[in-house]
Amino acid sequence: MAVVFEKTRGLTDVATHYCPGCGHGIVHRLVAESLVELDVLEKTVGVCPVGCSVMAYDYFNCDFIEAPHGRAPAVATGAKRVLGDKNIVFTYQGDGDLAAIGTAETVHSATRGENITIIFINNAIYGMTGGQMAPTTLPGQVTQTTPYGRDVKTAGYPVRVCEMLSTLDGVYYAERVAVDSVPHINAAKAAIKKAFQNQIDGKGFSIVEVVSNCPTNWGLSPAESMQWLRDNMLPYYPLGVYKDKDKGGNE
Amino acid sequence: MSQQYMMKGNEALAEAALRAGCRYFFGYPITPQTELSAYMSKRMPKIGGTFLQAESEIAAINMVLGASSVGARVMTSSSSPGISLKTEGISYIAGSDLPCLIVNVQRGGPGLGGIQPSQADYFQATKAPGHGDLHIMVFAPASIQEIVDMVGRAFDKADQYRVPAMLLADGALGQMMEPIAFPDESEEKKLPEKPWAATGTKGSRKPNIINSLYLNPNKLEDSVRERFERYEKIKENEVLYEEVMTDDADLVLIAYGITSRICKTAVNMARAEGIKLGLLRPITLWPFPEKAIAKIADHAKAFMSVEMSMGQMVDDVRLAVNGKCPVRFFGRTGGVIPTPDEILQAAKDVLASVGGDK
Amino acid sequence: MDKNIVLAGFGGQGILFAGKVLAYTGMIDNLHVSWLPSYGPEMRGGTANCSVCISENEIGSPRVLNPNILIVMNIQSYDRFIDTVVDGGGVVINSTLINKKTNNEKINCVYIPATEMANENGLQGLANIICLGAMLKQSGMTSYKTMEEAVKKCVPASKAHLLDANLKALKLGYDFEG
Repeated sequence: MAVVFEKTRGLTDVATHYCPGCGHGIVHRLVAESLVELDVLEKTVGVCPVGCSVMAYDYFNCDFIEAPHGRAPAVATGAKRVLGDKNIVFTYQGDGDLAAIGTAETVHSATRGENITIIFINNAIYGMTGGQMAPTTLPGQVTQTTPYGRDVKTAGYPVRVCEMLSTLDGVYYAERVAVDSVPHINAAKAAIKKAFQNQIDGKGFSIVEVVSNCPTNWGLSPAESMQWLRDNMLPYYPLGVYKDKDKGGNE
Repeated sequence: MSQQYMMKGNEALAEAALRAGCRYFFGYPITPQTELSAYMSKRMPKIGGTFLQAESEIAAINMVLGASSVGARVMTSSSSPGISLKTEGISYIAGSDLPCLIVNVQRGGPGLGGIQPSQADYFQATKAPGHGDLHIMVFAPASIQEIVDMVGRAFDKADQYRVPAMLLADGALGQMMEPIAFPDESEEKKLPEKPWAATGTKGSRKPNIINSLYLNPNKLEDSVRERFERYEKIKENEVLYEEVMTDDADLVLIAYGITSRICKTAVNMARAEGIKLGLLRPITLWPFPEKAIAKIADHAKAFMSVEMSMGQMVDDVRLAVNGKCPVRFFGRTGGVIPTPDEILQAAKDVLASVGGDK
Repeated sequence: MDKNIVLAGFGGQGILFAGKVLAYTGMIDNLHVSWLPSYGPEMRGGTANCSVCISENEIGSPRVLNPNILIVMNIQSYDRFIDTVVDGGGVVINSTLINKKTNNEKINCVYIPATEMANENGLQGLANIICLGAMLKQSGMTSYKTMEEAVKKCVPASKAHLLDANLKALKLGYDFEG
């Protein structure tokens, strides 16, 4: 009998703590499948953030380091500088971790061109702490700490991470993808795989920003949240390749 | 005799670390430890090591966390304000049972403070190097030669107990030069195996997880208790101190680092005048030589803690003496180095005030 | 006797280097030695000084507050340090840049136009070593041979072409008749 679907061995059997309908499950699977398909799972060291994916080390079937909030790129830098080409090092970070408290670590690991891979989940909200404003929360979006909607006059504007990082010479590859539909998920998988392949090839800093959902804190059903993502997030965060030195880039 | 070198404390420390097998250094420039980083930046590329100037102290300590997680012998260095930034990472490193060496070349505080030598980070180093229930081993050398001799030991002990080590120096020790000799290095330095490191499963074992997160309170308590059992072993086995004429001393000075040298001068001056002064110099600040001090408290009339601070270590002296005799304090702060004369005068004042026989 | 030495002058006059040479004499003579520089913004501000202690005994404080040997190379240093010298101490004063004389009869001063002598002899930038030579003559703190050896150790390989000039400057200062 032909196998048409099976669980990837890149993930453990531990049941995740993620909410029903959360995009983290999809992205975990895409990352794990990519590591298995590239035959690097056994030499991969992951670095997890603080936020909803804080316990990702329980779910991925590879070595893991738990970093302080926002510091994953610095931790990954230390690990990669020691391990070199022998291993694959990646971080898995949310929007608060990567684009608020860890902005300096993100920008400087990028500008140094560290040969690491960053998987960045942008769902426009702080999930773990119960739905506060994220650096990527949209103008007007209601959160626990923007109860009247994000007022850009007082709370500022969202950070567009791929656009910002693509200005840095040290970045090899930056692409924004989404996990709201099958075609988008397939494209996301290809981008994630490319980001790891770049590291295997020693090409340098690669980041994949995944526009994802948070049904619980957005107060929507999983299906509604995907529609909200399409209607609100994708216009503000256009999908696409922002930097790819394979295709010339800005160098 | 082995070859003598004339080196600044900061540079000698860096060279000793290289000779101890450290090949990874992550740091951020700050006076008065800058020569240490500069030395590393010059030497590391030549010996196949890594020097990386991080974007901040925070990033630097987290690079240390990452490098230690994958099994490297790794260090960072800074001075007081920079150590404050590192405290987050130090707590995570301690909570993840990672070995590393952190150097603090202390300067005056609080805030931006000054850049002259100080010992005002004693509390931070020994009581609260980060949030949570934790300790780190704190070594306090008093000369450049002692720095050189101590660096390898600090790395080794950090590995042995999986507890981070701090070398607590000050601006004077960092900046001054003294003749030194490096330990015999006929044998290649062999570093211990680290089977716990996150170096990839290679398909032959379960994943290694480097982590300080335990959402279950009972599990977190277990992990902290296990660590404290190791702390007890450290307290039993790793206390270092030096005693100078404490046997018959009426007043015993307690001082560490650069201050202890000045106290030694004061002790000699006092003895020349027939005053029975002694000195106990803690070489490890955590663990603290509390038993040695308690023993002296059985016969001394009083103690005086001498520090370049407003009085921090004096608390530990009081705890060790436990009311057996008076414990006084003399200190200068803000970067002022005390003179032997003012220490001697303060000692005479203490002796006059405590009077009488024990 | 313990030598507690302070050297002071402008940044760029080679104060720290001269101090290092002195420290090396102690090391060569197998004595206890410490060298402590001023550091930080003070250096950028234009003045530099350092403390050198040489002793048969362990050295306590590396910072010299009351020197028994002082070398001052500019007027600011003279003003700052001249009254700190202990009775019986020796002072070398770069009289090219210091137009003052002390009335203190308890200290022994050599006034040497070191900057001028350096310029006249094609030894620009070596007034510091000229002062060292004068100090050596005055104090007899070590042998001439030791001081020469110390200079040789302190001139880095990358500046070996300057060694002869340094040794010439040392001799010039040593032979100076005040």
